[in-house]
Amino acid sequence: MAQMIPPKERMKRNQVSMPEQNPKERKNNFKEVPLGYTVEQAIYEAQRCLQCKNAKCISGCPAEINIPEFIKKIVEEDFCAAYNEILNTDALPAITGRVCPQEEQCQKYCVLEKQGKPIAIGRLERFVADWARSNNVHGKLPDIEINKKKVGIVGSGPAGLTCAADLAKLGYEVTLFEALHLPGGVLVYGIPEFRLPKSIVKYEVDEIEKSGVKLITDYVVGATKSVDALAEQFDSLFLANGAGAPRFMNIPGENLNDVYSANEFLTRSNLMKAYAFPEYDTPIKIGKRAATIGAGNVAMDSARTALRLGAEKSYIIYRRSRTEVPARSEEVHHAEEEGIIFNFLTLPIQVLGDKNGNVIGMECQKMRLGEPDESGRRRPIPIDGSNFNIEIDMVIDAIGTSANPIVARSATGVETNKWGYFVAKEETGATTREGIFAGGDIVRGSATVISAVGDGKMAARAIHKYLSSGKSLRK
Amino acid sequence: MYKIIKKEKLNDVIYSMWIEAPEVASSVQPGQFIILMICEKGERVPLTVADFDRENGWIRIVFQIVGKTSEELSCLKENDLLFSFIGPLGKKTEIENYGKVITIGGGTGIACIHPIARALKEAGNEVISIIGARNKELIFMEEEIREASNKLIVTTDDGSYGRKGFVTQALKEILDKDSDIKKIWTIGPPVMMKVTCDTTKPYGVDTIVSLNSIMVDGTGMCGSCRVAVGGETKFVCSDGPEFDGQLVDWSEFSNRLTRYQGAEKSSWDKYKDHQHECNCGRSKN
Repeated sequence: MAQMIPPKERMKRNQVSMPEQNPKERKNNFKEVPLGYTVEQAIYEAQRCLQCKNAKCISGCPAEINIPEFIKKIVEEDFCAAYNEILNTDALPAITGRVCPQEEQCQKYCVLEKQGKPIAIGRLERFVADWARSNNVHGKLPDIEINKKKVGIVGSGPAGLTCAADLAKLGYEVTLFEALHLPGGVLVYGIPEFRLPKSIVKYEVDEIEKSGVKLITDYVVGATKSVDALAEQFDSLFLANGAGAPRFMNIPGENLNDVYSANEFLTRSNLMKAYAFPEYDTPIKIGKRAATIGAGNVAMDSARTALRLGAEKSYIIYRRSRTEVPARSEEVHHAEEEGIIFNFLTLPIQVLGDKNGNVIGMECQKMRLGEPDESGRRRPIPIDGSNFNIEIDMVIDAIGTSANPIVARSATGVETNKWGYFVAKEETGATTREGIFAGGDIVRGSATVISAVGDGKMAARAIHKYLSSGKSLRK
Repeated sequence: MYKIIKKEKLNDVIYSMWIEAPEVASSVQPGQFIILMICEKGERVPLTVADFDRENGWIRIVFQIVGKTSEELSCLKENDLLFSFIGPLGKKTEIENYGKVITIGGGTGIACIHPIARALKEAGNEVISIIGARNKELIFMEEEIREASNKLIVTTDDGSYGRKGFVTQALKEILDKDSDIKKIWTIGPPVMMKVTCDTTKPYGVDTIVSLNSIMVDGTGMCGSCRVAVGGETKFVCSDGPEFDGQLVDWSEFSNRLTRYQGAEKSSWDKYKDHQHECNCGRSKN
């Protein structure tokens, strides 16, 4: 068995880097980019952990994982115990271990961060979850005292799945409604295979189902049944249906044939597996020169997907500069390695098409940065007379999403704000209708998987408190 | 999974199926659509509901063979199962007592106008229906539409049945004689809907069309189905499928329907070359 090493030794070691698929190869396939730690690498990295008594890293984890404890179990080579330690609070470890921006969360609070070499908590979490999956080790189900109270959850994305898992552990009868034909929400339709393999999502969802959660797919709440109708069948409801509707720039030419929203482009490729057409029946445009507008994580996913589908040139068009790029630095780094071409300080003016509606180019304008705006970032200002055309044959709008009203309009008494997002209390997720809670992107706008996980946990606690007090929507 | 309860071949290329989908059947309204998938590797296909039976929990769909998926669907038998079937999607038809109204159907649009005509008649309207096709063999659901309407006119391009000519010629005759028509619904191929709108424009009668865009999720998430209506971008799945036909940008709409023509053709050709073997392992016969 591996041993704890003296603190001095721990400080000397550097972070174990993650083996990755070579950029030249991976830009032609949809296989995962980071390959994961080996057992030896994981133990070597885990041994670096200082095992702080008052561990600050935990406060940076919305999933509330006892980080030093699971890392200690890795050092002890008791990976099964490490897995169960994580599962105590996080039902989606292989997912959060991959897509969390750890550098902004747990790792930011690590004591070793000051020396620029925080413990690679996310990589270790991923290692443990992957080890469990490949060794067919399942989480230990806690002794559950079943109660007869029913909770309905709308949406099987990260918020809904987490809330469902936490409530099932407390003995509630949980039903999870999913509008699409597969569960997972943004984890299956939004995040590409090369960042989050769909088999992993399926595995973790299956585990949650095994804990007693009932999953109903093909069920569009707001269309198949209203929230009001569900409120008559359930004691409490959690609305976590995601942000949903794509935003467009509203520039001329945006309805040309080969202009996609990132939602459509990624849904075709990820959920419908259009990259495997015609084995899978859903087609997708294979552009030679693709322009993705925006520079968030979704934009990186889109530009890298276009490249993998066969684009010779895949551009990112962003109106601000590199400093303001909202995507995770790791994603930008991966994109650059693969040859994505970044056009900073560039604003699309119009998409150009031929008479059949096909995209043949885009007119852009150069920008410069002015004073900071209300977001604190320097405002981009157009430079007169700097217009130019780029030759492209497809466009992907990745400029964010807005609220899809389909669920909200079927929920009497559940207020939305002026953007259509649910109004929910910050500390409980309670909406303006007692007994109905909300969380994830349909409250926050476009946020992260981990913030949705955090919302799911918060709502589960609040729902437990609400139902424990003897209240119910059905009364 | 969703069971095929009844299957009927309406003509060489058009089929009717009743699907067991109790949740959808309990809330569906005229004008709405469903999305189905044959198998997990299949595509999501939107189809306007042709009829529903709330008591049994059944939904009727009518489809024409236009490519691989529709041909594959036509090969399924009673008691076979569909992988996915969601709905009801889109907004329902605005049914009121308008007075005298016309519903027009062409191609599979004949099936789509059926529940709309019936609901309009039940709401007290005097419903004149016009259904049309190239020839007699392609006319279907005639008796059902007749029953759902106060008057039925059938047209065929070649005159092999009913009146010779297009649905728009019969429509124009009515509009010339009767200034009391309050509203018109027209559902069919894009060209037919556009020509109907051109015909009714001088008469100033509200003309509603039901658009059959290319969709993925069908719930407002992807924007694949978007089309300019009155200069504003609308989503057919969540803002429609019915719109004021005079405001639809028909050339943009028709262009966007061709987005995957090449891929669709190659996939269908490959399917035929491989003895109709479906991705999910089912084969013809």
